[in-house]
Amino acid sequence: MDLSTETLLEMQRRMLRIRYFDERASKMVKRGHIPGTVHTSIGQEAQVVGACMALGDNDFMSGNHRSHGHPIGKGSPLGPLMAELVGKADGVCGGKGGSLHLADFNVGSLGESGIVGSSIPIATGAALSSKVLGNGKVALAFFGDGAANQGCLYESMNLAGAWGLPVVFLCENNQYALSTPAHTVTSGVIADRAAGFGMPGVRVEDGQDVLAVYEAVRAAVERARSGEGPSLVEVVTYRFNEHSEGLRLGVDYRDKDEKEAWLERDPIVIFRRWLAEHGHATEEQLDALDAEVRAEVDESVAFTDASPFPDPSRAFADLYTEPFGPTHAEHGPGPLIGAQK
Amino acid sequence: MTVMSYLGAIGAAQREAMQADERVVIIGEDVEANVYGTTGGSGKSRAASGDFLEMFGANRIRNTPISEEVIVGACAGAAMTGLRPIVDLSYSSFLYMAMDQFVNQVAKNRYMFGGQASMPVVFRSAMFYGLNTGAHHSDRPYPMFMNVPGLKVVVPASPADAKGLLRTAVDSDDPVLIFEACMLWGTKEDVPEEEYHTPFGVARTVREGSDVTIVAISSAVPEAVKAADELAEQGISAEVLDPRTLVPLDVEAIVSSVQRTGRLVVADPAHRTCSAAAEISAIVAEEAFSSLTAPIVRVTTPDTQIPFSPALEKQLYPNRYSIADAVRRVTGEAFATPAGIATSAPR
Repeated sequence: MDLSTETLLEMQRRMLRIRYFDERASKMVKRGHIPGTVHTSIGQEAQVVGACMALGDNDFMSGNHRSHGHPIGKGSPLGPLMAELVGKADGVCGGKGGSLHLADFNVGSLGESGIVGSSIPIATGAALSSKVLGNGKVALAFFGDGAANQGCLYESMNLAGAWGLPVVFLCENNQYALSTPAHTVTSGVIADRAAGFGMPGVRVEDGQDVLAVYEAVRAAVERARSGEGPSLVEVVTYRFNEHSEGLRLGVDYRDKDEKEAWLERDPIVIFRRWLAEHGHATEEQLDALDAEVRAEVDESVAFTDASPFPDPSRAFADLYTEPFGPTHAEHGPGPLIGAQK
Repeated sequence: MTVMSYLGAIGAAQREAMQADERVVIIGEDVEANVYGTTGGSGKSRAASGDFLEMFGANRIRNTPISEEVIVGACAGAAMTGLRPIVDLSYSSFLYMAMDQFVNQVAKNRYMFGGQASMPVVFRSAMFYGLNTGAHHSDRPYPMFMNVPGLKVVVPASPADAKGLLRTAVDSDDPVLIFEACMLWGTKEDVPEEEYHTPFGVARTVREGSDVTIVAISSAVPEAVKAADELAEQGISAEVLDPRTLVPLDVEAIVSSVQRTGRLVVADPAHRTCSAAAEISAIVAEEAFSSLTAPIVRVTTPDTQIPFSPALEKQLYPNRYSIADAVRRVTGEAFATPAGIATSAPR
């Protein structure tokens, strides 16, 4: 592969950013600093970053409830993302979205979705506008093995195939839809379903290998950009944490041996070793990179702490592009202020 | 001015919008062949290769598969990234197939993402009620969408409004759902040939009056006018207001009319419970209670499904008779209902 050392280190940097951001977010959920819960991408960093790095800066992307990795992988700054998780005014969505609905249009992130599968048509539509406007942009839809059984995926694949849209359907197969093993609810192999739509379907068996993911997605992106239409890429990976942070199901739905075997295959450890072995960085340099990212996550928390909570009137903003409809004044200050802590 | 049908006016607005802005595209089932008469040059052609396809090309006039969920979602995604789609969903009942996309993506994305997204997309659909199409094609679902903040809901009742409201819809940076009544397709009137935009949130006073306000929606508007004509002969002066857009709603026009007349009848072809009529009645009760000299009366389609047989269906929608009866109830001059003519259904 023709990747520069700089690009390779950027891959590691982005994987570390996801890891340390999500580790911090997990702690903040448990301490009540983040209201509600979050779904971490810990363990899936190679799958996320390999796909995001295969896209150009101006390309589009949509995601799902396992949401932080996607904008981070696409290059979004951490401060506004962390502030969004806490519901602060300087959050990337002004505190309106939260963990489940992150979006950073500055990096082509068109939004994560709390509804499984629901954002796949959005990425398909972004590819449609690229095609109609002829601007050469590609769109990528992230979705999980759970969403692979939603009808809107197949409506999207059919439309994209029929119209030759520049879109990549990226299935993050972490093998469990919450507690349900994918193989118990999925007929056949997800990647094989592409054949029915006349598009390539690729299965990356080792989704812990960032370069393997990158290679497969880059081929799909190049195909899309050159006007040859959509592709489906299925990446087999594993989430190291529970479905969501703080969730205690009281059932062991994942086999102990299986889990231990996957935990051994930490994508960040694997790639760090590869970078050192191939002479792209010394151990000291990799340690320094690690420390830089840890500091960046600390800064994102400081940024969050320094940001105020949004004014209650913001609950009525951004519904429409022009002012009409409910206003704070009409609803009266009583119940709103009463709800504030 | 030129005489245009309701359907022809929609076609004219689509043509103007396509010519005015290259980002406008028309996407939907059967739009290439101009099956519904709104993608032809004259609004009448039924050529296999419609006029719009020749005028604007296959890149901007796109036949879709029958896949409402991705049609709606993809047009939302396209609107977020630079296009201004007009989506033809043909029958209004088909919107349910895409409910997740309407409610969770189209309506919420701008809000959830803190204003990063704009959603300049128009969803047109036709309500085939009153035409013996049975329960699956006869819905009037606009009140369901009034309940979803973030959407604009438009119900044109005349050719001139069908044209002007559609132009405003295409220029809106927010998602607009237009519900067209097939019963009005053939309605003809003088329509300005030049381009014009009818503003949202501004009701049209169809007929002035002083004894009662009739707020009428969609196909109930011409029926309310006929009722007002009949009532005038009986000495009752009825004002007929057409809100034209339900979101945003011209509350001021409705309230100030009721403050003058002291009485309100709302005629709405939607089902009674949580109808547009219910919302308008509630607003007037809140805002103009002291002006009311009689209880508000809603004339709606009763809460039953739409049957196929003309003998069963025809009686269900607000018509000149049921509207006039309702007016006589609120004016205290009740007349006997002529035998065999249905009035608003019992509660």
